[in-house]
Amino acid sequence: MWRAIHRLGSPAIFYAVAGRLQPWCWALAIALLLAGSLWGLVWAPADYQQGDSVRILYVHVPTALLAQSVFVLLAAAGGVFLVWRIKLADMLAAAIAPFGALMTLLALVSGALWGLPTWGTWWVWDARLTSMLIQLFLYLGVIALRGAYTAAESGARASALLALVGVVNVPIIKFSVDWWQTLHQAATFSLVRPPSMPASMWLPLLVMVAGFYAFFVALALTRTRSEILRRESRTRWVRERVARTTGKAAR
Amino acid sequence: MSLDALQAWLAMGGDARYVWPAWALALAVLAGCALHARRERRRVLDALRRPARRGGMEDKRDAHDPA
Repeated sequence: MWRAIHRLGSPAIFYAVAGRLQPWCWALAIALLLAGSLWGLVWAPADYQQGDSVRILYVHVPTALLAQSVFVLLAAAGGVFLVWRIKLADMLAAAIAPFGALMTLLALVSGALWGLPTWGTWWVWDARLTSMLIQLFLYLGVIALRGAYTAAESGARASALLALVGVVNVPIIKFSVDWWQTLHQAATFSLVRPPSMPASMWLPLLVMVAGFYAFFVALALTRTRSEILRRESRTRWVRERVARTTGKAAR
Repeated sequence: MSLDALQAWLAMGGDARYVWPAWALALAVLAGCALHARRERRRVLDALRRPARRGGMEDKRDAHDPA
């Protein structure tokens, strides 16, 4: 097990393994997102109270979940990088942080677009919404810190540290709807009880969530590979690999 | 699908101006991310393939790009 992890920590081996996985992830993501979009926009019923605005939740829930998952991964990668000095963890962090920020922004915007017809307001300073806004600023900080130092190594360490500290915000977001009185409803999916909405609604939602996660994995693999090539450009294996693919379609 | 049904679907029960922007934005962001990742990979590979004057990409990143 440990040997397998160590081998994957080698950029050259990760590059090869990710290259083999990546087309499947992209295909899976596109298939799930297409199916989920059709299901959510066409076949799923309108809500008896919310009407068709409930369809916004098919993009709101996946983006909000990803916004938090990506940050947890960012903190984990930061920890691995700071403690064990595994460069690959930092390359992954650099590759996924902007996507996490975009997901946070999308969750906020789609939430506002849903709140307008449902709550009658696009924003309230309640615990869930405010902690999510803080998450966006934390992402921006993590991204900005990386570029704030002349030495790339210092920027990477500062960025990892902020991700590690900032991850305390994730449980605050998660439990904000239970700890405080908020306008936001409680979680839709839980491991311990069945969903509170009919299957005709949570099934397409599950497909969309799976589609967004598959998309994230595909994007993370692709971008981390680019980052590996960029940083390892002086190594022999990269040169040999590029020489081999020159002239052919790049894989 | 009849024209009426299509119009009713597009109207989203009166919530069209909330539903469509939310979806359009989300799908546009995903498409943008995918395209960006693809172009980034091309860019990195192109830079690596260019005959290296000295060293690798680090030298070129700051160099003036004649293109």
